[in-house]
Amino acid sequence: MLQDYLFPVTVNEAVSFLQDHKGQARIIAGGTDLMLDIPEGKIETNYLVDISRIPELREITMEDDLIYIGAAVTHNQVAGSELIQQNAAALAQAAGYVGSYQIRNAGTVVGNVCNAQPAADAAVALVALGATAEINTPDGREYIPVEKMYAGVGKSTIDSTSQLVSRISLPAAQGNQGTAFVRLQQRNALALPMLNVAVMVTLEGAHFKWARICMAPVGPGPMRALGAEEVLKDAKITRDVIEKAALAALEHANPRNSALRGSKEYRTSVLPVLVRRALEQAVADAGGSSN
Amino acid sequence: MGSKILKFTLNGEPIEIAVSPDEMLIDVLRDRLELTGTKKGCGKGECGACTVIINGEAVNSCLVPAMKASCAVVETIEGVGGPDKFHPVQETFMDMGAIQCGFCTPGMIMSAKALLDKNTNPTDKEIKKAISGNICRCTGYVKIEEAVRAAAEKMREDQ
Repeated sequence: MLQDYLFPVTVNEAVSFLQDHKGQARIIAGGTDLMLDIPEGKIETNYLVDISRIPELREITMEDDLIYIGAAVTHNQVAGSELIQQNAAALAQAAGYVGSYQIRNAGTVVGNVCNAQPAADAAVALVALGATAEINTPDGREYIPVEKMYAGVGKSTIDSTSQLVSRISLPAAQGNQGTAFVRLQQRNALALPMLNVAVMVTLEGAHFKWARICMAPVGPGPMRALGAEEVLKDAKITRDVIEKAALAALEHANPRNSALRGSKEYRTSVLPVLVRRALEQAVADAGGSSN
Repeated sequence: MGSKILKFTLNGEPIEIAVSPDEMLIDVLRDRLELTGTKKGCGKGECGACTVIINGEAVNSCLVPAMKASCAVVETIEGVGGPDKFHPVQETFMDMGAIQCGFCTPGMIMSAKALLDKNTNPTDKEIKKAISGNICRCTGYVKIEEAVRAAAEKMREDQ
């Protein structure tokens, strides 16, 4: 039963409160998922520790080509941020798809990751963009790639009763790099993704240097299309190689039959098309040509 | 269960009320403060009927713990305008038939107002985006979009 609701003003204050209440206190940011889970009995807690007023967690900054997104930054702040649009375009697009407009005004990008839903749009983009989370634990700070924060469907490696993800960092896209985010959905708003794909490419002249491709929901968390990435490594940028990579993406995809998201058969057919489109867009974003 | 003193600004007036830490803002507004203009539709953040404006941003009050209103500026449909003086967006909704059953209307108006407070010259795309989290099962949205556009025009003329 919830006994108290607190607003710590520093990260240390938040983490020590968690520590003092040994599993009985839990972090809340936007609360758009948590405040449904508590009444449904999925999560029990005595204390909610609201981090949305810790000044340092409310910022989007860039330093030495690394972008930092604080844990209290909302989806709409990320989607509307010029800094993100210019340096991590796929993330701005992805954040703009989550939930509804009102939910994006409350829910946070870091919360999108910590809630660990397999198709969380912002998390899918963050994995493709190579993001890392800064985690505050009673024993100090740890840094973990966002990709490694999934322990299963809806299960994060983060324990919000003892740990606080204070911010996420990701490298700003350089001149020879491009990003893209593509989403299949039943309508243009208030729709869960049937499939989403985020891509980051690095080009060298007429060749790919490397590509990072993340797709969902085709597994327990955002899934890397490692087979497709292998096809693209150091390959000449052609339609054929992109097509080949798009098909290779299926190696790491296992979409389920879903009443909400479509049949396995349909989504298996469509996924390569989305990967191809995302790659074409990312190549164009990097200033390359796939013709 | 402990109770907390919650202080915030509601429709321009300072408010102080004891709430329990698990109370949601919509329930405090509707059941405790008797401001029933804000509607509870799905209770899950999917319909937008409960939209209020907190510190200038439209949010679903059914997903907001009441404590999050602490020290904040909250606006509900009751604060937007009434028979004495309607807000332009309320006038255009009435004049242009943007209301049928009316259940979505308060939330729709709050989403529209949050947009118009920041931007009195929105594009059609911006209008659609601003109300994209509000579901209406009657109008088909076209008249609502037209009403928001007309309200924007009215507000620009009044500036």
